[in-house]
Amino acid sequence: MTDMTTPPSAPPRTSTHIKITAETVDFWYGDNHALRDVTLSMGKGKVTALIGPSGCGKSTFLRCLNRMNETIPGTRMTGTVRLDDRDIYNGFGDVSQLRTRVGMVFQKSNPFPKSIFDNVAYGLRVNGIKDRQIITHAVEDTLKKAFLWDEVKDKLSHSAYMLSGGQQQRLCIARALAVRPEVLLMDEPASALDPISTTKIEDLIAELKGSYTIIIVTHNMQQAGRVSDKTAFFYEGKMVEAGETTQIFTNPQEKRTEDYITGRFG
Amino acid sequence: MGNGTTVLATEQINQVLNNIGDRKKSQGIIPKSLTLLSVLLIAAILAVILGNIFLGGIGVISWEFISQSPAHGLEEGGIFPAIFGTVALVFLMVIAVVPIGVLTAIYLHEYTRPDSMITRAIRISINNLAGVPSIVFGLFGLGFFISFVGGFLDSVFVIADDRPYWGQPAIIWASLTLALLTLPVVIVSTEEALRAIPRELREASYALGATKLQTILRIIIPQALPGILTGGILAVSRGAGEVAPILFTGAAYYLPYLPTQLNHQFMELGYHVYILATQAPDIDKTKPILYGTVLTLLVLTFLLNFTAIFIRSRMRSRRVAD
Repeated sequence: MTDMTTPPSAPPRTSTHIKITAETVDFWYGDNHALRDVTLSMGKGKVTALIGPSGCGKSTFLRCLNRMNETIPGTRMTGTVRLDDRDIYNGFGDVSQLRTRVGMVFQKSNPFPKSIFDNVAYGLRVNGIKDRQIITHAVEDTLKKAFLWDEVKDKLSHSAYMLSGGQQQRLCIARALAVRPEVLLMDEPASALDPISTTKIEDLIAELKGSYTIIIVTHNMQQAGRVSDKTAFFYEGKMVEAGETTQIFTNPQEKRTEDYITGRFG
Repeated sequence: MGNGTTVLATEQINQVLNNIGDRKKSQGIIPKSLTLLSVLLIAAILAVILGNIFLGGIGVISWEFISQSPAHGLEEGGIFPAIFGTVALVFLMVIAVVPIGVLTAIYLHEYTRPDSMITRAIRISINNLAGVPSIVFGLFGLGFFISFVGGFLDSVFVIADDRPYWGQPAIIWASLTLALLTLPVVIVSTEEALRAIPRELREASYALGATKLQTILRIIIPQALPGILTGGILAVSRGAGEVAPILFTGAAYYLPYLPTQLNHQFMELGYHVYILATQAPDIDKTKPILYGTVLTLLVLTFLLNFTAIFIRSRMRSRRVAD
């Protein structure tokens, strides 16, 4: 699967092992230049971790990948983001179509004030699936995929708010999986959870890897080391260094990366 | 010698510290008693008002009183037409004000940028609307709804004889005038409810491929419903007690029939109170009925409020617990 095997007739960027590429992405919140010339590719079926100190732009970058930043007024972006070689900002079609392919899990678990069942079914319903049987089947299937089924199967009609924090976050993951995305963006998904819940989330990421392309923002260096294949280090809006996670952690090329991962700042 | 001074200073400090507790305690009594006094004053005023109305009115209240029409120059009989008119008026007002107020709030909060010119202009208008004296609303209703809109309708749909059909005081115009008066209340409380919805919920919905409209209909409005209902409650409380806006737009001194059509005039409790207190042939003889009417108006307003509050709290607890 190296570039050598790519047929010469294929477009230059076509590559079977890259799912998302960002090229020269710049981003502004009003006058605040939050991302500067970020170029990064994220492997298909792999886990890519985005690390860096608070305010370095890693979450902003993540939110560029499903056009979530567009919902914030006064923001502006330049550059290109491609999903399977299709530019998601130009001529992609409806943004909701993109978001069913690129799912997202947020830092704070944010289940809807609805039942557990309706939370998982929401994405299917808003995308036009009405058949009760199909939805019921899909909800069960998805909850099993998120390893939540055994814990909630007897209380599907209960409010999602009755679940513990960790369960709520796994419900949010299940909710995102229900619309069968190809990519899962995770914005510090375990930062508000206790160690046991965090372990469960990490185990889940390990299970989902392969079937899904996962991009995870994390403050927790150990977590990045445990779950990711590739790591990108962000600092002051720039992508300083990216590479195999083991290489970044054992042999960083940049001084700032080394300083950050050894805990000298951040 | 230095040592002696230190000992002295320590003793002095200890003495002050020992006494300061008592001093602070006594200082605390003044603000507490002052604030308590004003609370008691308010409670006393309320007690006098309610007590007076209750004692004066309770003897008059009977099934006949609330189920019959006034009789003998308002000195006898009941106030049923006024109760009916009030409920019908408020009902029509709610039908008009809640959709318009909620849609306005949704537009302001969901579809415009908070700092844009248009949002600011609308917001200033709403604030000013809330500050307009209610008699001005009454005059506006007379000029706009009855003369302009009603007159226009009459000129388009000509009815056999020359009598105005729409261009006259009527319950529809009175309720629309009241709706204008209570519009700011509904808009403001709906907007507050919308503002309280966490950004994360909207984002979660967008992230699942929901459109803005789907997010508003499925997440935001259900979540804002208690707030919208609060707006409705406040509008009802405000509207049910207002007399000035309906003075020229539809309220009647006395009617032998109940308003069953939108262009009928109607009797109303607040207006009836005014009539009984100032316009009745023999004011002394109508006094007991006046007390009864005021008591009925109060009870009706409380009842409407409690119903709405009950529905709202049911809704809240269902959302959180189940």
